[in-house]
Amino acid sequence: MDLLLAVAETNSSFDNALVVTSVAILVTMILALIRAMLGPTVFDRVLALNMFGTKTVLLICVIGFLTGRTDFLDLALLYSLMNFIGMVALLRFSEYGSFREEGADIGSSAKS
Amino acid sequence: MMDFIVIPILALLAATAVTVARIRNLWAAVMFTGIYSFLSASWMLILDAPDVAFTEAAVGAGITTILMLATLSLTPRRHRKSGRLSSEDFEERPSKSPLFPLLIVTITGCALVYGTFDMPHFGDPNAPIQVYPQPSFVEKSQPDMHGLPNVVTAVLASYRGYDTLGETAVIFTAGIAVLLILRKNTDDQGSSESQSVTGENA
Repeated sequence: MDLLLAVAETNSSFDNALVVTSVAILVTMILALIRAMLGPTVFDRVLALNMFGTKTVLLICVIGFLTGRTDFLDLALLYSLMNFIGMVALLRFSEYGSFREEGADIGSSAKS
Repeated sequence: MMDFIVIPILALLAATAVTVARIRNLWAAVMFTGIYSFLSASWMLILDAPDVAFTEAAVGAGITTILMLATLSLTPRRHRKSGRLSSEDFEERPSKSPLFPLLIVTITGCALVYGTFDMPHFGDPNAPIQVYPQPSFVEKSQPDMHGLPNVVTAVLASYRGYDTLGETAVIFTAGIAVLLILRKNTDDQGSSESQSVTGENA
């Protein structure tokens, strides 16, 4: 990581590569958002949302290297964790219609 | 330099907000609020506020999504046109013409935008936020806190420690109250089960 940072500070073509990468990620985010808007079925939307979260994590990493701040990587980790938890909750809800199975969940209070 | 990232992110934010307002499927709307939280957290990150972005990602994208889904599981999925509820429940329809609400929203928005003209420019060194609190906070916090590098953390967790403790106690109490209200109270007849706070059912 330090090596990458050193390269990023000295080499402007590396910087350009990061800019191109972030533009590509942004285009992917736009495509994923369009799919989430259009998505006829639930699973299209779930996949689009998951992909959107992953692209956010990648974008944050790229921004961290662009600005030379490695503490952004911790945030990217947190984002991926949140993405995972949200995804599990969404899928659980779409399968059961509620959280009432296996009562340790937060929604275990759902009426039966 | 970051404009080429900031502008698409803001455009995506606007598109997501419009989608949340227009979409009829509540389940998908919850998903889009999650996307909105991720995007706004990324934007806060670019604005150099990682702590706020941290909170937004954890609360906005994580907890709020789960709470919204729990609410959805407790309520009917669709807007009920007519059914078991009596018609008085839907007496308060939105007004037919959208012009009046649009006018009010426009006026309020103009007033808010007008209010921002008095704010100092972004990053202005003479802004009150840079000048007013004594610079001694910045100068003394590091020796005071035995070398803690983050001034915000020092102010929040130590100088205003009791304040933060009180806020945390309030939020904790509110969370417990919400859990107590939402817990399943049509318990099975076993009285020992109904005592459990977590609402576990057999």
